[in-house]
Amino acid sequence: MSILDSKIPEGPLADKWTKHKNDINLVNPANKRLIDVIIVGTGLAGGSAAATLAELGYNVKAFCFQDSPRRAHSIAAQGGINAAKNYQGDGDSTYRLFYDTVKGGDYRSREANVYRLAEVSTNIIDQCVAQGVPFAREYGGLLDNRSFGGVLVSRTFYAKGQTGQQLLLGAYAAMNRQIGRGKIKMYTRHEMLDVVVVDGKARGIIARNLVTGEIERHSAHAVVLGTGGYGNAFYLSTYAMGSNVTAAWKAHKRGAFFSNPCYTQIHPTCIPVSGDHQSKLTLMSESLRNDGRIWVPKHKKDVEAIRNGSLKPTDLAEEDRDYYLERRYPAFGNLVPRDVASRAAKERCDAGYGVNQTGEAVYLDFAAAIERYGKEQAYVKGLNVDDKALVTKLGKEVVENKYGNLFQMYEKIVDQNPYETPMMIYPAVHYTMGGLWVDYNLMTTVPGLYAIGEANFSDHGANRLGASALMQGLADGYFVLPYTIGDYLAHDIRTGPIPTDTKEFDEAEQKVRGDIDKLVNNKGTKSVDHFHKRLGKIMWNKCGMARNEKDLKDAISEIAALREEFYKDVFVPGTDNEYNEELAKAGRVADFLELGELFAKDALEREESAGGHFRDEYQTETGEAMRRKEFQYVSAWEYKGQPSEAVHHKESLEYKNIEVKERSYK
Amino acid sequence: MMNLTLKIWRQKDANDKGQIVDYPVSDISPDMSFLEMLDVLNQELIEKGESPVAFDHDCREGICGTCSLYINGRAHGPSTKITACQLHMRSFNDGDTIYIEPWRAKAFPVVKDLIVDRSSFDRIQQAGGFISVNTSGNTQDANAIPIEKHNADMAFDAATCIGCGACVASCKNSSAMLFVSAKVSQFALLPQGQVEATDRVLNMVKQMDDEGFGNCTNTGACEVECPKGISLENIARMNREYLAASFKG
Repeated sequence: MSILDSKIPEGPLADKWTKHKNDINLVNPANKRLIDVIIVGTGLAGGSAAATLAELGYNVKAFCFQDSPRRAHSIAAQGGINAAKNYQGDGDSTYRLFYDTVKGGDYRSREANVYRLAEVSTNIIDQCVAQGVPFAREYGGLLDNRSFGGVLVSRTFYAKGQTGQQLLLGAYAAMNRQIGRGKIKMYTRHEMLDVVVVDGKARGIIARNLVTGEIERHSAHAVVLGTGGYGNAFYLSTYAMGSNVTAAWKAHKRGAFFSNPCYTQIHPTCIPVSGDHQSKLTLMSESLRNDGRIWVPKHKKDVEAIRNGSLKPTDLAEEDRDYYLERRYPAFGNLVPRDVASRAAKERCDAGYGVNQTGEAVYLDFAAAIERYGKEQAYVKGLNVDDKALVTKLGKEVVENKYGNLFQMYEKIVDQNPYETPMMIYPAVHYTMGGLWVDYNLMTTVPGLYAIGEANFSDHGANRLGASALMQGLADGYFVLPYTIGDYLAHDIRTGPIPTDTKEFDEAEQKVRGDIDKLVNNKGTKSVDHFHKRLGKIMWNKCGMARNEKDLKDAISEIAALREEFYKDVFVPGTDNEYNEELAKAGRVADFLELGELFAKDALEREESAGGHFRDEYQTETGEAMRRKEFQYVSAWEYKGQPSEAVHHKESLEYKNIEVKERSYK
Repeated sequence: MMNLTLKIWRQKDANDKGQIVDYPVSDISPDMSFLEMLDVLNQELIEKGESPVAFDHDCREGICGTCSLYINGRAHGPSTKITACQLHMRSFNDGDTIYIEPWRAKAFPVVKDLIVDRSSFDRIQQAGGFISVNTSGNTQDANAIPIEKHNADMAFDAATCIGCGACVASCKNSSAMLFVSAKVSQFALLPQGQVEATDRVLNMVKQMDDEGFGNCTNTGACEVECPKGISLENIARMNREYLAASFKG
């Protein structure tokens, strides 16, 4: 029997959440006023949780490292948010969203959690519209939908290419209302550096004021982490520069198990790397695959000609192009899930068909869409559908209306006009499905410590479907945690305020101060970025889109050696009592250097291919991921000092409501 | 590759007087973003044991609104409709001298070097930039109220404000009218926003004034420099809302 108790309620799948809500303890409104909750991170998950808990009457303290809660990286999510509204009448349902998500996650997520996610998805849209989130609408005034990868219905709600921004500003507005009422105390430019555990329960945090450098103690009856994913371990990613694993990693070191760190999403459509100076990668929304067609030349000679500039992609004849996704996956075509699309791009580029100088780019082409929309518009307007120039003009207008901001972003970065020539794209690290292990109540293995949104592991299995991250963040924050946390806090109504002048807070603060002293006083010779870039190279080359035993073993020893070198030779300028970005970065990279090793260890242990985790040794004859029944479990790692000593626990996964079969998109 | 001279505002903290300091940088690729060029400078400074230039940045894709550089006398630099992180070095020429300063406004005090404190923006939003609806799971169905597409689109356009503060930095009066009107307009254009319209505009404008932002004299510099192209029409709409609210209130 595993020591992990997922606390999934009894009963039929569709009734579990309702039954659970009826069974769990509640805290009466007068008592909520006596209870404090700390929330770290103000993205979709943290922001929505902070607002909702404050509405309920709890005293919330919210923390973010940015200068405003509105700047959390959820803001950058582009494409949309899924919900099983079935407004299009195309056969969508709670079960179908559940089914798509479990299948999309390659049968490595927890059934009950995913069903609950699908169930509350519709509430999210209602709530956001009530808040004034301006989703895209049809001419009839009703909400518009579009389609995303890995599904056969249109269930994605969107606000141009800025859906994350609009949803986050909705949560931010809900938070602002509570800040104004004094129910949320907001700490901006603060970074959490440890969790304080008292008598086995999470009772507070140690945070650093990033402006003054002050170390602060904050206590509460429960601590919630909505601190996002750890993709910046790869250095180059679509994450924000400040996104980090530190809060989750410190929690891990205090007893929270870390699950499936090797499940990383490498998003197929990002702007390719242009040089060594590159600091981050930019995503081009998956929604573009609704209309863009992905291709590379069929023949090597054309690849050469394109690379040396003697041939323009627009001049290459249709029959000389290889629309490889449409060729390999006729049923889903360009809208296969992200893991499949990324691997297919890598396969073509590894075979020598990449279309840019580095050989790591494929085309995403809108010419066909521009023509199709243009003809449609010309017909509707009663104009000449054979007038090519007119059709192109009208088509461009439609495409601009749909994706204008994305096209503009692309043009600013690459200096090419994607209305005229196909975009060049390549996969990049985008999201992490792994994270802190949580039970059905979203509580980690440390009582009173919760993890929500991307910071936990629970809903996406080994691969996340597009437009599901926003759904999960808001589901956790608005509709799940506010119920489940009450069950725990019901036992704390007589506890009273948690004092901060205790030995546990002393010990945690001393530890934080010790770590900072070590970094600022280290008289090394190399910058933090130097080490971060080297870590990123190891991660990308050996733990990236394809992994194998030898590479992973190498990665483990190389990361351990790099960590040692970091502590010997890192140089952090300035002091600890001022605004010092290098110091903040150094602490984050120190944690990535530990997480990276656990990541590789987890990937080595998982001798199968599933979703974003692809092992060269385990693939089908046609190069698809080969899952293995004996690995149908969640890995949860327990901290024991060094990543190499982490203890492996398993939570086995059972599928009673969905048949586990080959995940085919053909 | 380019060689440039940077003239950068250095200020240790809020109490320091501050000054422009010259830094040469070399081998700058036109494909670098402006912030990546500053990364290059900072790596050199760190290697020399000097203090790197502090500047605000996070998403580096033009949406978080964190970056806030006044470059050669313009908010976010020489191009329009982009943030500093989206500005690329191909907009400059070999041998150029580039001035880099923080946003200048009484309501945005300097924290360090190029970083300013924009919490005044948050406080304006806290005064009324929301619709008072609790999370319940049983608000009415999202499609219960159809909203005319034109209005929904205009509300969206107003809602795309990223809160960077370029409007304030560009305004000779350091007015925050474009920022405040964007939120007022978003809700004024939607039926959901009507219930609290009176209090919203009065409270947000009062907070704006209390924070020390200047008045609007319809110069329009804010609209030109806004990375999201927020329209001046929003200011007109807010003025109408404010007038109506004043009569009611």
